[in-house]
Amino acid sequence: MTVSGADIARVFRAEHGRAVSVLIRALGDIDLAEDAVQDAFTVAVERWPREGMPPSPAGWIITTARRRAIDRLRREATREARHAESVALYAADEGSGASEEGPVKDERLRLVFTCCHPALSREAQVALTLRLLGGLTTPEIAHAFLVPETTMAQRITRAKNKIRTAGIPYRVPRDEDLPARLASVLAVLYLVFTEGHTATAGDDLGRPDLATEAIRLGRVLVELMPDEPEAMGLLALMLLTEARRPARTDPAGDLVLLAEQDRSRWDVALIAEGHALVRRCLRRGAPGPYQLQAAINAVHTAAATAADTDWSHVVALYDHLLRLAPTDVVRLNRAVAVAEVAGPDSALALLEDLGLDGYVAFHVVRAELLGRLARWPESAAEWERAAGLSDNAPESRHLRDRAAQAAAHT
Amino acid sequence: MKTYLISLFSPDGPPPEDLDLTKVMAELEVVNADIRAAGGWVFAGGLADQGSATTIRKPDAITDAVLTDGPFAEAKEHLGGLTIVRSADYDAVLGWAERIAGATGLPVEVRPFQGEDDPGQAPTDH
Repeated sequence: MTVSGADIARVFRAEHGRAVSVLIRALGDIDLAEDAVQDAFTVAVERWPREGMPPSPAGWIITTARRRAIDRLRREATREARHAESVALYAADEGSGASEEGPVKDERLRLVFTCCHPALSREAQVALTLRLLGGLTTPEIAHAFLVPETTMAQRITRAKNKIRTAGIPYRVPRDEDLPARLASVLAVLYLVFTEGHTATAGDDLGRPDLATEAIRLGRVLVELMPDEPEAMGLLALMLLTEARRPARTDPAGDLVLLAEQDRSRWDVALIAEGHALVRRCLRRGAPGPYQLQAAINAVHTAAATAADTDWSHVVALYDHLLRLAPTDVVRLNRAVAVAEVAGPDSALALLEDLGLDGYVAFHVVRAELLGRLARWPESAAEWERAAGLSDNAPESRHLRDRAAQAAAHT
Repeated sequence: MKTYLISLFSPDGPPPEDLDLTKVMAELEVVNADIRAAGGWVFAGGLADQGSATTIRKPDAITDAVLTDGPFAEAKEHLGGLTIVRSADYDAVLGWAERIAGATGLPVEVRPFQGEDDPGQAPTDH
C-alpha cells in the first residue's frame, strides 16, 4: 500500500496530541516536545512512502520523536544538568513502539487540563487545545478565528511562557478541583464548536472545520473520561447540532430555521449516535447543563416533522436546565418552547424582564412572537434591530428579509 | 519549587463602614495557618494607606532623583498588602490566593518570582 502525503497529514492530526503529551511528560517542556514530534513527522514523510506505514504509527512517531529529542539534547548539552537529563531519557528509551501506548491515555488527559487551565485566558486555552491536542497548525487556527497569523503565534507563545513561568502543572486536577476544571475544558470545546457552527463574523454561516475538530476532540474526551456524563452530554449536543447542518442553509447559503428545515437532509447516523449518548448519560442520573441541552436537541431531532415536536417535554427540560443554570439566555430559549405550548402571548410576557437587549437571538424571538400576534410594525422593528446586530452575512441577510416581510403586512 | 507573590489590591479611600476588620483578620489567619502547615509560608503584611507612599524617579545617572508625594500610578486600586509563598504546586497557590480573596473581598494577583528556588536577594550572613 502506498502512503501519500494526505495519509501522513491525517496521522499527524489524529496522533499529534498523543505524541506531544507523552513527549511533554518525558522532556518537561512543551516546545521541546513539539519540536521532537515535528522532527519525527519529517522523518515519516521521508520514510513511510518508501517503507510503508508502520503497524502502530503513533508508537513509531513517539519512539522516533524521543530519539530525536535525545539527539538534540545531546548536541545542545552544554550544561551538566541537560546532559544528565538526556542520559535519563536514554535509559527510558527501550522497547518497541507498541509499548509506548500504555500510559498515553493519562498523558493526553494531562495535556487537556494543562491547555485549559483557568489561569490561562479563554482565547489561549482554545488556541493551545487546538494546537497541542488537535494538531492544528498555527496558520490553520489563525485562519479559523480570522486573526492574523502573527497574532495567533504570539498568543500561543505567550500562553506557553505563562505555563512555564507560573508553573501551571501538567497533571489531572485533584478530585475537589475536577468539576470546576472539567467545566473549563468543556467550555473550550463548546466554544470551538459554536464558532464552527455559527461563525461570529464572515461570509459563511459556519466554519465546519472547527465544528468537526470540536467533535473529534469531544470524542477523545469521552474516551479519556468515560465516567463523566457531562463530557458525554457535550459530545451528544455537538453531534445532534451538527446533524442538522446540511439543512441549516439553502442552496444560496442562507439560513433556514429549524421549523422550516428539510428533515430528510439531517444526518441520520449522527442523530442515532447522539440519541444513544443521551440515553447513556441520562441513565447515570446526574444531569448537567450539557446533558440537558443534548436532551432538548434529542427531542427536536426525534420529531419527524416540526409539528410532531413534543414541546411540553422541551419545556420540562428547560425548567430543569433553568434550575441548574438560571441565566437569561436559558429563560429566552424556554420562552420559545412555552410559545408552542401556551401561545405567543404567554411567551412574550416571559421576555419582559430579561436583560438581553442587544443580543441577536433575543430580538429574533421577540420579532417572531410579535409577528404571530400580528403586531407587524413592532415585529419589523425587532427584525431590523437583530439584523443590525449580526456580523454574520447569511444571518444578517435572512433577518433583513424577515424585516421586509413583516413591514409588508402593515 | 517556585516562589509566588500574592498581591492584594485595595480601592482608594477608607475601608467601607460595615467592614468587620476583626473578622477579616481572623479568616486570613486561618488561611495563613494552612499555608504555614503546608510549608509554603515566607512572608505577609498589609501596607499603610497609599497616601503614605512616596514615588521616586531617577531618569538618568546625572539628574537627581525626583521624589513625589503619592503612589506611582493614578489608579482606582493600589497594592494594599502582600503575601509571599513558596510551593511546587501552582494549583495549591491559586487555592490559597482564592481564599485570601474570599476572606478580604479584594481582588488578588498571583505572580511567580523569576527563577526557581530562592529568588531575589537573600540576606547576607555576617
